[in-house]
Amino acid sequence: MMSPAHYLFLSLALFIIGCIGVITRRNVIVVLMSIELILNAVNINLVLFSRIFGDAAGQVFALFIIADAAAEAAVGLGIIIAFFRNRETVLADEMDLLKW
Amino acid sequence: MTSPGYFLTHLWLIPLFPLITAALMLFVGRFLPKSAVSFFCVGSVFLAFVHAAGAVLQLRNLDPRVYQQILFEWVTPGVMPAFGGLLPFVADWGYLLDPLSAVMILVVTGVGFLIHVYSIGYMGHEGGYYRFFGYMNLFMFAMLTLVLANNLLLLFVGWEGVGLCSYLLIGFYFLKKSASDAGKKAFIVNRIGDTGFLLGIFFIATTFGTVRFTSQYLHDPVAFAGINDTLAAMLDQHRMAYGAPVLTVIALLLFVGATGKSAQLPLYVWLPDAMEGPTPVSALIHAATMVTAGVYMVARMNAIYQLAPIAMDVVAVVGTLTAIFAASMAIAQTDIKRVLAYSTISQLGYMFLALGVGAFSAGIFHLMTHAFFKALLFLGAGSVIHALSGEQDLRKMGGLWNSIPATSRPFLVATLAIAGIPPLAGFFSKDEILGKAFERLPYLWFIGFLTAGLTALYMFRLLFLTFFGLSRLDPELEHHIHESPRSMTVPLGILALLSIVGGWFAFPVLWGGESSFAKFLEPVMRSVLPEPAEATPHGVLGDFLLMLASVAIALFGIWLAHLIYVRNPRLHEKLATSWPRLHKLLVNKYYVDELYDALFVNRIQDLSTAFGLFDAKFIDGVGIDGSARLARVVSALSMWWDKWVVDGLVNFVGKFTRSLSTPVRMFQTGIFSSYAVFILIGLAALLFYYGHHMQVLVRNLR
Repeated sequence: MMSPAHYLFLSLALFIIGCIGVITRRNVIVVLMSIELILNAVNINLVLFSRIFGDAAGQVFALFIIADAAAEAAVGLGIIIAFFRNRETVLADEMDLLKW
Repeated sequence: MTSPGYFLTHLWLIPLFPLITAALMLFVGRFLPKSAVSFFCVGSVFLAFVHAAGAVLQLRNLDPRVYQQILFEWVTPGVMPAFGGLLPFVADWGYLLDPLSAVMILVVTGVGFLIHVYSIGYMGHEGGYYRFFGYMNLFMFAMLTLVLANNLLLLFVGWEGVGLCSYLLIGFYFLKKSASDAGKKAFIVNRIGDTGFLLGIFFIATTFGTVRFTSQYLHDPVAFAGINDTLAAMLDQHRMAYGAPVLTVIALLLFVGATGKSAQLPLYVWLPDAMEGPTPVSALIHAATMVTAGVYMVARMNAIYQLAPIAMDVVAVVGTLTAIFAASMAIAQTDIKRVLAYSTISQLGYMFLALGVGAFSAGIFHLMTHAFFKALLFLGAGSVIHALSGEQDLRKMGGLWNSIPATSRPFLVATLAIAGIPPLAGFFSKDEILGKAFERLPYLWFIGFLTAGLTALYMFRLLFLTFFGLSRLDPELEHHIHESPRSMTVPLGILALLSIVGGWFAFPVLWGGESSFAKFLEPVMRSVLPEPAEATPHGVLGDFLLMLASVAIALFGIWLAHLIYVRNPRLHEKLATSWPRLHKLLVNKYYVDELYDALFVNRIQDLSTAFGLFDAKFIDGVGIDGSARLARVVSALSMWWDKWVVDGLVNFVGKFTRSLSTPVRMFQTGIFSSYAVFILIGLAALLFYYGHHMQVLVRNLR
């Protein structure tokens, strides 16, 4: 039987993988993908607690977050493509124009 | 009192005619053709002559023969601290015509007109024709202002005006260095004399409170005090006496002015150099008119001189010494115009001798006759130079008597006149001077008597070397000899006539009578002494002997000249070699120019050099450069302050801010991942801090 802890651990794992991806990867596309993982970890939590407390608001939140993630991906990829046209790179550590 | 008549009331026109044409020439003359220039300039002088002659004729109808006209108040009324307290002082632009100025304006306009006519021919081929006539007319204006002025200040205006024109005309060929130098020399030497003259005028103004000559012919003589009237009143009231020191000082200062203008010792040096100017200029300015201004001025102030016996003696001695000194220099000169220049100086010396012995009218008489024959001599010399295409050296002339007869005949007349051969003009005037000198100061008479012999000698030397003997001309020139045009020879003829008859006013003197010229001038030259000095009685016989002596020494001079230069042409070379020192001394004009150079000119140059050094070393070096260096030091200091203190403060603020911000700045790594780490750390910190709230929340839920 699946206990809430299982869900929480899955969510935690996804969150940690996402965090590690955001911190360690140089490629911005991969970072974007990792952010998606983090967002989905949050979604799992929201749906889980929605079921536990019998409140549908959490699931509505999750749906909003999915839409938001799609929008974010679209905007993020647009920025990355525009950036790539100028600098021919998608590596985060080469994006240092505003560095002191 | 009879009414004055047109010419007298229009006296102001006489100087105005030449002034108008002078202005015309100097402003628009360059656009006019030569014929128009001649027409206007000679015409205006002719008009001036006609008006002068008319005015003098009408003056004879007046009694007393004085006409005075005030055009306007020129120096407006002021107060002068004079002898008898504060006196109102005014100088006006006014003209005075009395017998003395009558003689002067007739000589100036008459001789001036003839010389203007002559200039048409002489200057015909020269450049700057309009400029020449413009200056000549300006000179006529200034000279007429000088002789017609009714006060000393206006006389001084004319005096400086003729000086200016003299300068301009001597330097007429201003591209020639010697000519422009000569002009400057004349101007500067005259300034020395003018200083004395001006001081004299100041003394007169402070002594008499006026500079006008006389109050005659004016409606309000009291308001219009004249020097002569004031002097007479002072004598009456015993506030001034014969031989008063102030009068002696005034007379001597005025005489200093006269020595400058009239080329007397020691200021004569400019006149020989002035011969650099065109010949008509030498005739008009440096022989007939301007140089006689000093004589005129002393004669005009005769009332003061009569009361200053010491000054009179100085005038007489200086005049006599100048006469013999200049005559001796004339003997050795080889330039035809320079001989005449020294002769002019010598004759002016005679005039001052006359003034100095109290024979004022004799001095003016000689002034007039000298104007005739000396103008003739200069114009004749100019005609010779013209005929010889510019040759002025006596050693390269000779034998011209028949080749230019219209020049040589009048020249002979003038030479006889200046040598004092009766009955020509020079005889009468010179004899009158020598006669008066013999009465007063016999030793001066003796020097004057010797000078008469020298005069005959150097003038006939000039005549013989120019016109007689064998020709010593350049063969080149020989073919070009040509008689001068009619415009030049006609004035020569008229002047020759005047040189003959000009002295006949004094014919009655021959039989013990009185010269009508002296009678005409008597009102101006009247004795101001309370008891006129008793003339030493001397018979007609004594006079006659003196005359015979003068004529005899003149004839001796002529004979000597004939012997040395005609009969035995080698003799003068022999004389020169047997007395080489004397000859050299005479040729070099007693080294006076060199002496003046050594004493004054070079000393002034040294002084200027010293001032120049002072200027370069002290004013420029210490003052200008020093202040610049000081400014550099100050600005270096201020730059140091700015750089290290002001900028240092600004930089310090910047650096301080920067050092404060450095730790914070370190977070801005620009590395994407590190930002993510910071966010996570922050998140973890938040969770840690609010953790137990969460626990409570979860527990409640459960």
